[in-house]
Amino acid sequence: MTEMVYGTVPVRGGEAVLPRWWRTVDKVTLGCILALFAIGILLGLAASPPLATRNGLTPFYYVQRQAFFGVLTVGVILAASMQTPAVLRRLGVVGFLAAFAALALLPAFGTDFGKGAVRWFSLGFASVQPSEFLKPLFVVLVAWLMAAAQEAGGPPGRLMSFMVALAVVALLALQPDFGQAALVLFAWAVMYFVAGAPVVLIVAIAGLAAAGGVLAYNASEHFARRIDGFLAPEIDPRTQLGYATNAIQEGGLFGVGVGEGQVKWSLPDAHTDFIIAVAAEEYGVVLVLAILALFATVAFRSLLRLRRERDPFTRLAGTGLTCILAAQAMINMGVAVRMLPAKGMTLPFVSYGGSSLIAMGLMVGMLLAFTRLRPQGEIGDALISRRG
Amino acid sequence: MIRRPLRPLARILSARARGENPDAIERENRRLRQEAQRDRARVLAEGRLLMLGVAFVVAFAAIGARMTVIATAEAAEPRAAASGDAIEASRADIVDRNGRVLATNLVTHALYAQPHQMVDPARAARALAAVLPDLDPAALLRQFTEPGRRFVWIKRRLSPEQMQAVHEIGEPGLLFGPRAMRLYPNGAEAAHVLGGAGFGREGVSAAEIRGTAGVERAWDAWLRDPANGAAPLVLSLDLGVQAAVREVLGAGMRLMNAKGASAVLMDAMSGEVAALVSLPDFDPNGRPSPLVEGDPSDSPLFNRAVQGVYELGSVSKVFTAAQALELGLVGPETRINTQGPLTWGRFRIRDFRNYGPHLSVTDVIVKSSNIGTARMAMQIGAERQQAFLRGLGLLDALPVELSEAPGARPLLPRQWSEIAMMTISYGHGLSISPLHLAAGYATMVNGGTRVSPTLLRRPGPARGERVVSEATSAIIRRMLRETVTRGTASLAEVQGYAVGGKTGTADKPRPGGGYYSDRVIATFAAVFPAHAPRYVLVVTLDEPMETSGREPRRTAGWTAVPVAAEVIRRAAPLLGLRPAVEPAAADALIRVRN
Repeated sequence: MTEMVYGTVPVRGGEAVLPRWWRTVDKVTLGCILALFAIGILLGLAASPPLATRNGLTPFYYVQRQAFFGVLTVGVILAASMQTPAVLRRLGVVGFLAAFAALALLPAFGTDFGKGAVRWFSLGFASVQPSEFLKPLFVVLVAWLMAAAQEAGGPPGRLMSFMVALAVVALLALQPDFGQAALVLFAWAVMYFVAGAPVVLIVAIAGLAAAGGVLAYNASEHFARRIDGFLAPEIDPRTQLGYATNAIQEGGLFGVGVGEGQVKWSLPDAHTDFIIAVAAEEYGVVLVLAILALFATVAFRSLLRLRRERDPFTRLAGTGLTCILAAQAMINMGVAVRMLPAKGMTLPFVSYGGSSLIAMGLMVGMLLAFTRLRPQGEIGDALISRRG
Repeated sequence: MIRRPLRPLARILSARARGENPDAIERENRRLRQEAQRDRARVLAEGRLLMLGVAFVVAFAAIGARMTVIATAEAAEPRAAASGDAIEASRADIVDRNGRVLATNLVTHALYAQPHQMVDPARAARALAAVLPDLDPAALLRQFTEPGRRFVWIKRRLSPEQMQAVHEIGEPGLLFGPRAMRLYPNGAEAAHVLGGAGFGREGVSAAEIRGTAGVERAWDAWLRDPANGAAPLVLSLDLGVQAAVREVLGAGMRLMNAKGASAVLMDAMSGEVAALVSLPDFDPNGRPSPLVEGDPSDSPLFNRAVQGVYELGSVSKVFTAAQALELGLVGPETRINTQGPLTWGRFRIRDFRNYGPHLSVTDVIVKSSNIGTARMAMQIGAERQQAFLRGLGLLDALPVELSEAPGARPLLPRQWSEIAMMTISYGHGLSISPLHLAAGYATMVNGGTRVSPTLLRRPGPARGERVVSEATSAIIRRMLRETVTRGTASLAEVQGYAVGGKTGTADKPRPGGGYYSDRVIATFAAVFPAHAPRYVLVVTLDEPMETSGREPRRTAGWTAVPVAAEVIRRAAPLLGLRPAVEPAAADALIRVRN
């Protein structure tokens, strides 16, 4: 026995890391994300020079910066997607504590960059928005708690996760950042839904929300005016929304041509919140539909792959991450076409933003890790119905 | 679902019998139960994940559909929802009775700047100050460079030459907005009738014109109403007559050293005002600002013919005589006691001259006897006098189409006492405007039907209610004619036009009470031709003084009458009246041939 072991080359069982990663990772989602990032760079070439000129920088300063952060982001995606769910769970919970602490310390150390809401830590070369990093880590924590609650004799994870969600929402509302708060709450609700929320409860909550909305509309004139203004067909053309709508109309199906758009000169947030308007004006609805298709593909594929997942934690965490990504994209584009009330939110991977890009990379990396192919009890699954 | 027991008794017992640990059975069952639960949860989650996925795809598809709808929709003209209804800049023209333009609109341009589009604000400010010298380059530059400023009004109206010069500055941040402005091509002619206009609500691409006075203000809503289809407002004024009256009255005012003058020329049948002049006047194209101190009636903006209510004096005697005749109390030849002075309580009424113990009613008017008129009024009584004057419309504001008219109410005595009645009978104690007087005279002489003055052209003849009979009206006409041929208004004789009229010279009341002894309002109310009156003319001079004689003369007969005669001489041919050929002159020609 000894000589058989001695001197042999140590061979690790199974495949090498990278080939296994390549075999098991969701290549379509990864491709979609990279495509979105490429579109973001393309649009940034058009949308960011006005801002750079205004700030006295070289025209493509922001594009170069975005490309630099893009490389970092790809690194983050690769690194995160190679981890096992267990490692991500551990790191995620620890990271959540850190991000939560950072969020709680914002009022003391944060800056508002003159925008009225304290959301950032200024690090000199870049600014970091803790809430961006908090979102994926929060999802991991909640998934862990909910999955634990499904174990026999497990902790009351659903109640605990709800408390955590409320604490995060409260901190975000304090900034104030109601968009992110709504997103966090939405992610928790979807995870609870997938974790097996009773149908009666879902119907009751939906009914309460509808009744509350109707009541508020009838009782509060202010609320009614907001809703009426949102539903009214005509828009004041001097608002951001007016410019965006105008840009979409200008663009038509195939756009006015590369670099010919005008909306980037009038919209202060053309490179972030209203990047879709730039896309629609310069490249037309065709590009917008392509972006929508990419996001829809990512969401739908990820959710389909998570259906096959047997591990509750992995399933829930993947669901939460997918929902945050898709909901954020939906809100951003829904605002531009006035299907949703105005709310500043970036379009993941397409909008400009250094630290948010890295946070998105972390999110997608984790999502890819959770949707990797793993041996599941496929034969056993086929027998579920008989066992039930 | 039937719960399977964790420790089925049969298996436990058999295991015990075999000597095995029965806990293993429980553990095994517990594991199986949890696995089953997990599987249930997984099946549930599979269904819900599918729902979620479909929901996301549907939501993205909805956004895409909406985006496509917006992009392919017909582009509507962008309109600011906040600005409310659009500014209606069009305004109807105003023309005289013959269609000559009195007020119209002219498109000019307003100049504004958008500093964020400026290339060189400093150069622009300097160049602008060179083109428009009333601008201060330093202040302009400050406005242009103020951070965050996106809009600066520079000038409300530019002439085409100025606009071209601003174009030539070549500054993209200087922009023009069309601006219709109100133009009065005849300048100061009919200034008080037209009033004037200014800008109301103002936007970049249009501004609203609003009337500020006169017809422009009284008919503002009509003039701005697009429903009238750009039809002009037709006034009763005749521009040629108006110009002639204004010129003659202005000359007369200077000649008589008066500080103000007014003239009203009115159609005796319809009440249409053919000319209305108040001097001094102004140019409505650049309406002066109202006086902030002193007497507002000294301002050129003050319309003496409508706003100025005066105690007009003896011209009012005609109303007393007409009422006495109408009531049958007197006839034209009835003798009236004119023994003076007439004492009533502590008041004494005197005549300008002593006319002897008796005068006929005609002579009371012709010679203008205060005492005789007062005695007639005593026969009429206060109540009937008041009712008669109210029936003539002399006690209420005029319904004429000027924004100033409702404010010009006649000043009545607080109590219509006997003495008030007597003074009112010869024109003191009741203040009315010259336009009131013209309407009253028109009523008296046109056959006796009520005339209400108007500045708009009437579509056809309209007779008002009867105030005095035809017969009374005829007597009054004869009296007025005799006043000119042999009475106080002898200077009013105009060859061929058979002028009739009545003078009035009223001492001006002092502000503190009492009357000035050397300041008068001289009035002449004329009708022509007297046998079949077509027009009534009221000329009023404020503080006239005729100095050709040894003493300055202030009575109307020497001041207002000759001015009115000259007005008639000039205006009557313009009004289309033919002079009556004098038979005597024709005879003379024949005799010369003999």
